[in-house]
Amino acid sequence: MSAAPQITLRFFASVREQLGCAEQTVELPADVTTTGQVRDWLIARGGVWAEALSHDRPLRTAYRQTMCEASEQLILDGSIQEIAFFPPVTGG
Amino acid sequence: MKIRIQLENFDVSTELAALNHTRVGALVSFVGTVRADDGVTHMELEHYPGMTEKCLTDIAMQAAQRWDIGDVVIIHRVGVLQAGEQIVLVATASRHRGSAFAACEFIMDYLKTGAPFWKKEHGPEGAHWVDARSTDQTALDKWR
Repeated sequence: MSAAPQITLRFFASVREQLGCAEQTVELPADVTTTGQVRDWLIARGGVWAEALSHDRPLRTAYRQTMCEASEQLILDGSIQEIAFFPPVTGG
Repeated sequence: MKIRIQLENFDVSTELAALNHTRVGALVSFVGTVRADDGVTHMELEHYPGMTEKCLTDIAMQAAQRWDIGDVVIIHRVGVLQAGEQIVLVATASRHRGSAFAACEFIMDYLKTGAPFWKKEHGPEGAHWVDARSTDQTALDKWR
């Protein structure tokens, strides 16, 4: 058996502030296989996690530094993985 | 092609002069600045290091595939910016003005909706994160 897949979570702007957390490395349960399921898994922690990542907020998700949909499948091949959650972008 | 994320200010004429001028007849530049709406004194600009550079490179490559552009520069500042300061520069060099204008606008429209930057405005009533505007999203429709 291989070790549980590790993934780096990153949070930006209002989400980062609300969580008081910019980055966290976690081990995902085996049944969490999409970026949307990662969000739901974090929401299930309750408290500030449920508030900051609530589906009432139009958050964006990036997987391996590319914007993606909630249905995006994680490729857990042992490579360094990064998922980011953040509000809609406002640069320019 | 030059993509830069930086804290410090930039000089537009220096950047325009540095563009590749080979067989170029048109230079178009856009500069975005910090608007002092509702007494905004300054703003903080946050970004996602790594993804930002990747995303801007991708947008510039898409523009280069669509239009005959000789060179592109995109500079976006981060950190604390005072009202009136320059935030972003997009400049395109091309044989003719049509493609230079179009590519410059295309890059800005995609940057505004896809590049991972966030603004936090500071004013008399404290600080707040700027909301995304739906008009920025609809601006993309003309490129589809």
